[in-house]
Amino acid sequence: MLFTSYSFIGFVLLLALVYYLAPGRHQWKLLLLGSLLFYAFSGPWNLLYILTTSLTVWGGALAVEKNYADKKARLKELKKADLPPDQKKAKTAAFKKKQAADLKRIMVLTIVFNLLILAVVKYTNFLISNINGVLGEGRQLSLLSIALPMGISFYTLQAIGYLVDVHREVIPAEKNYFKFLLFISFFPLVIQGPICRFGEVTEGRLFAENRFSWKNVSFGLERILWGFFKKLVIADRISAAVNTVIGDTSTYRGAYILFLMLMYTIELYADFTGGIDITIGVAEMLGITLPENFKRPYFSQSLKEYWRRWHISMCEWFRNYLFYPVSTSKPIRELTKFSKARLGKDLGRRIPVYVSSFVVWFATGVWHGASWNFIVWGLLNWAVLMISEELEPLYAGFHKRFPGASGPAYSVFCMIRTFLLVCFMNLFDCYAKIGEIISLLGSVFTVHNYGAFFSGGVMELGMSGTDYVVTGLGILVLLAVSIYEERKGSVREMIAERPYIVRTLVWTGLFVTVLLIGAYGAGYDASQFIYNRF
Amino acid sequence: MEELLEILEDLHPEIDFETTENLITDGILDSLDIVTLVSEISENFDIAVSAKYITPANFNSAQAIYEMIETIQAEG
Repeated sequence: MLFTSYSFIGFVLLLALVYYLAPGRHQWKLLLLGSLLFYAFSGPWNLLYILTTSLTVWGGALAVEKNYADKKARLKELKKADLPPDQKKAKTAAFKKKQAADLKRIMVLTIVFNLLILAVVKYTNFLISNINGVLGEGRQLSLLSIALPMGISFYTLQAIGYLVDVHREVIPAEKNYFKFLLFISFFPLVIQGPICRFGEVTEGRLFAENRFSWKNVSFGLERILWGFFKKLVIADRISAAVNTVIGDTSTYRGAYILFLMLMYTIELYADFTGGIDITIGVAEMLGITLPENFKRPYFSQSLKEYWRRWHISMCEWFRNYLFYPVSTSKPIRELTKFSKARLGKDLGRRIPVYVSSFVVWFATGVWHGASWNFIVWGLLNWAVLMISEELEPLYAGFHKRFPGASGPAYSVFCMIRTFLLVCFMNLFDCYAKIGEIISLLGSVFTVHNYGAFFSGGVMELGMSGTDYVVTGLGILVLLAVSIYEERKGSVREMIAERPYIVRTLVWTGLFVTVLLIGAYGAGYDASQFIYNRF
Repeated sequence: MEELLEILEDLHPEIDFETTENLITDGILDSLDIVTLVSEISENFDIAVSAKYITPANFNSAQAIYEMIETIQAEG
């Protein structure tokens, strides 16, 4: 069920109506029912995957909590036991060792089992393709036909994050399986995140009694409408041209590749943030607050800043549950000692950080997709971030010498530089073959079709003149809203303070805009969200 | 505390760690700094700082970091 389909709108409105009519203590159960129904629409058998993950992780978390409780009780017993001190000490140490081993077994088994499910459905064909590449023609293995269960990359990370939080005693394990199942399957979240932490959704009132509030409903609807605007007026209109260029690599080279990098970067932003707006808006309508996933990333002045503003929940997940555990692990501690002894204190202490980051960016690439282009994309991000880190003293020296070079003009320069860098790296999203990407990048310098592109080629990509004008105006509105929010705060709050007539005009105007110039109807096919496929 | 302040000043000489209290909230320490810091703390205080302890609250000020070190030392 697409977020932009009439059936989804009907489903949300009906669910909201029943939700607010139901007694408060049953509201979360209705959400669970609605979420499972929504999930079953993607294929009833897909429910098996999400039920397996939720059951194993829920059970694993309870086992972790029981392990801690047993430890506490046994240590208390041992402390009181009438034993000679050395015997008591030995018994305590032996018990602690066994308890730690048991805990490790629970964690490893639960995490590996669920990662294996993800690996089998998402990466088996990638593995077979690589084996086929080695085997050569004539001895090819057949690819498997496994459908990727909806949102599996997102809910698997969310479930593992929960288990680790219970292990770290950040949160207690949820005793009610059905509440945990709702956390994993909550329908606005399950398709493309944000990847939430259990504590966040509990605080955000997912399980609470939420009484009808006009502010929640109107703010939620406004947010959904804004999401539709980004998706239907901007992203889906651009996608026609983007898909045309991607679809024919022999015709569309040179100038078209520069055009693609720019347009795809705008489309990706409008598509992904539009989808998240709809997610957050639907939840808001139901009185539930979800964390923000974007903070105007294209205003970033460096790639490092960009990754603090783009897909925030994914970055936090990788930082909390992969980067920190890897960088504090025993092998990395050993590496730190080794590199400090061999390379000196300064460089020696940076090496382990770079190794841990490499692991994280490799995993981020793999998570995005089962093909080499995503892995290279991840490693490119890593390389740029690490080079920037190494050049930091150089930048500091430059600014010390030229203090005047830190004004608004320099900030704008840094923003444009970062945006162009992101545009370049996004090209790795568009094509699966690395050789093809390199060849297309080379064509930017070798194929001189810029004249032909501007004298008509640009109009033959599936976007009419009107489409370009509408998209351009849409981007201007998006830019204006982003600038306001960057400088002053929420646009919705600002509009809410205006007189009734102004509010009505603004939201009716946006509604009519989406209705009249959204990219649907004859000749258009409301596209799946880009991040659904990750 | 003196030893910890030396480690922090070595990492960011421009910051007065005795008075600054929002090291994470204000983005003074990023994730790369934290990992370097954890490695230095582990070595100098002979403790293993696991990922469990890496929370914004534990790294927001020199005092908070010091209290975290004491907690880990007490846990043995």
